[in-house]
Amino acid sequence: MAGSSGKSVVGRFGVHLAVLFFVALWTVPTLGILISSLRDKDQIVASGWWTALTSSTRTEAGRLGTAADQVEKDGKYEIAGTVLEGDGSRKIVAFGTRSQEPTKYKAGEVADLGDGETLQVNEDGTYVQSSPKTFEGERGRRVYYSASSPPKFTTQNYRTVLFSEGIGRSFLNSLTVTIPATVIPILIAAFAAYALAWMRFPGRALLIAVIIGLLVVPLQMSLIPLLKLYNGVGTFFGVPSKTYLGIWLAHTGFGLPFAIYLLRSYIAGLPREIMESARIDGASDFEIFVKIVLPLSFPVLASFAIFQFLWVWNDLLVAMVFLGTEADQIVLTAKLNALLGSRGGDWEILTTSAFVTIIVPLVVFFSLQRYFVRGLLAGSVKGG
Amino acid sequence: MAAQIFSAVLVIVIGVGGCVAYFWGANKLLDLVFPAHGVSGAAAVDNLRRQGLIRPWLFVGPALLILTVYLIYPVIDTLWLSFHDRGGQNFVGFANYEWAFGDREFRNSILNNVLWLAVVPAACTFLGLIIAVLTDRIWWGTIAKSLIFLPLAISFVGASVIWKFIYEYKGEGQTQIGILNAIVTGLGGDPHVWISIPFWNNFFLMIILIWIQTGFAMVILSSALRGIPEETIEAAVIDGANPFQIFWKIMVPQIWGTIAVVWTTITILVLKVFDIVLTMTNGQWNSQVLANLMFDWMFRGGGDFGRGATIAIVIMIAVIPIMVWNIRQANKETGGH
Repeated sequence: MAGSSGKSVVGRFGVHLAVLFFVALWTVPTLGILISSLRDKDQIVASGWWTALTSSTRTEAGRLGTAADQVEKDGKYEIAGTVLEGDGSRKIVAFGTRSQEPTKYKAGEVADLGDGETLQVNEDGTYVQSSPKTFEGERGRRVYYSASSPPKFTTQNYRTVLFSEGIGRSFLNSLTVTIPATVIPILIAAFAAYALAWMRFPGRALLIAVIIGLLVVPLQMSLIPLLKLYNGVGTFFGVPSKTYLGIWLAHTGFGLPFAIYLLRSYIAGLPREIMESARIDGASDFEIFVKIVLPLSFPVLASFAIFQFLWVWNDLLVAMVFLGTEADQIVLTAKLNALLGSRGGDWEILTTSAFVTIIVPLVVFFSLQRYFVRGLLAGSVKGG
Repeated sequence: MAAQIFSAVLVIVIGVGGCVAYFWGANKLLDLVFPAHGVSGAAAVDNLRRQGLIRPWLFVGPALLILTVYLIYPVIDTLWLSFHDRGGQNFVGFANYEWAFGDREFRNSILNNVLWLAVVPAACTFLGLIIAVLTDRIWWGTIAKSLIFLPLAISFVGASVIWKFIYEYKGEGQTQIGILNAIVTGLGGDPHVWISIPFWNNFFLMIILIWIQTGFAMVILSSALRGIPEETIEAAVIDGANPFQIFWKIMVPQIWGTIAVVWTTITILVLKVFDIVLTMTNGQWNSQVLANLMFDWMFRGGGDFGRGATIAIVIMIAVIPIMVWNIRQANKETGGH
């Protein structure tokens, strides 16, 4: 705002800086889980994701070899081995023998442990423990070390969540719910919208008012009666009460007021002359609708489709009430919610699962943003 | 999995095909029963009139049926249930409402909802407006807007995971992997379990919704700002108004209508906020809200439909003023088209 006159360089710079600040604030959270989902699971807990490109250091504890491993050498007793296991990409930075000072000595340094006993831990993890007396006892000495590992990126997390955490299956369930729940309301709403816009019949004005009223009725009002109804129908016919058909119809019902409202206001705005000339040519309402109105309404149909798709894909409440929680029905949002409970601190699972659930909306959103924005504007600005 | 894909595709085809078949078939049937061609002139006119009476109802029929079953009947039934006991069998008068206003958790939810209503719509609208104004003045404004708009596509559950990671807490002395605690400790403060601090945790949850909805406010307001006639701003500049005066006295008054729309839309959303609270705290640490409390009572101890319905009615009552305003506005606009 300060630079809205556009005259002062400082003001202009301020505007850029302010926008940059907002953009950072709005993208950093998502960036955090994207980067984390690609990190090695040990590194996620060892260091913040913003340090993903630098080596991470982590303090750990281990045990040296036992007395059974000792060899006599030059009159001294020695135990040798390595404290680091794995592919050798990690490096020891420092080590210590007491938990209060886990990093007292630098890697490669020879630590004096008293009574002539010494310990040397090298950068590559190998160590030599040496003493003038024989080692005794069944357990090796406790040693603490801080090891640094280079940045490590992996797609392992994705393989884990998709195939062993059930996210892959849920992804499919989400698609099974979303596609019919998007297509069915479009068809039903388009016919109703055309009738409400261009056909004369008693009660039309009342119907429009009712639909606008239903636009804001909270979903919560419908849940209990529908739950009762579904249970009743299930018992009466001896069929399961939680089915895909049930949730498609529920989403259709909840999406219809907005669909009819949005499509009606668009279809009502189509030029009257086109309809009338078609009618004079002998076209019936059905033909006018299919051959003229539907093709002309493509933009608004696309807008609604995107809305409904995102709304159904992202929905948690309806899915939790009308679908089961078994593997064959649980959708992504519900699965993610369940994982939050069962895998609370396993951020490699949570961040990756979260990213899998948001990837489809993001792709839809970026590829069809134009229609999305248009629907948003038509739906709310005119909605008054 | 292959079986599921197959059955999903099959039902899509059947469902969509069924819809098409209904509309096409019903229309065809009407033409057959009351033919307008191949009959005498008078009969044809008569039949056309009959067709005109019936056809609109064929078109709105399915929509009307579904709206009745999924919205109109439930609204009435919920009202009815709110005066009945947990199973919906016995009439209990206002007992559920009395229970609600005496219940500590319910009152806490009402307070929290009021807090949400006071903060979230205002914050979204204000931030959206500022960002809309700022981005309109720079060459990379469109990209900036896209990025700020992006969270709108993310589910509330996904957003909750994203922000839970930001609020993540590790004990003192450990490396903080949540960025908020990392910043706080970096500045010399102590790390906190942010979402368990009563009262303030509400704000940490609100931030999530603000993060999601600001993009919505921004897009709507940005388009309204573009609709402001250039002359009004030019005139103000010539009269020597400074940028702040232009913003508050010229631009904002001209988009009041749109600001009201954005505000009410977000208000309705806030009244229904559920997913964020469920996934972040599930109402613990005094962060309960009405929609989550209602969900809780639907299933708590086998489900108490009476109490659940009562909470739904309370949400509905809060929405009614907006609903009335909407219908009036729409009637004014269409003028009986």
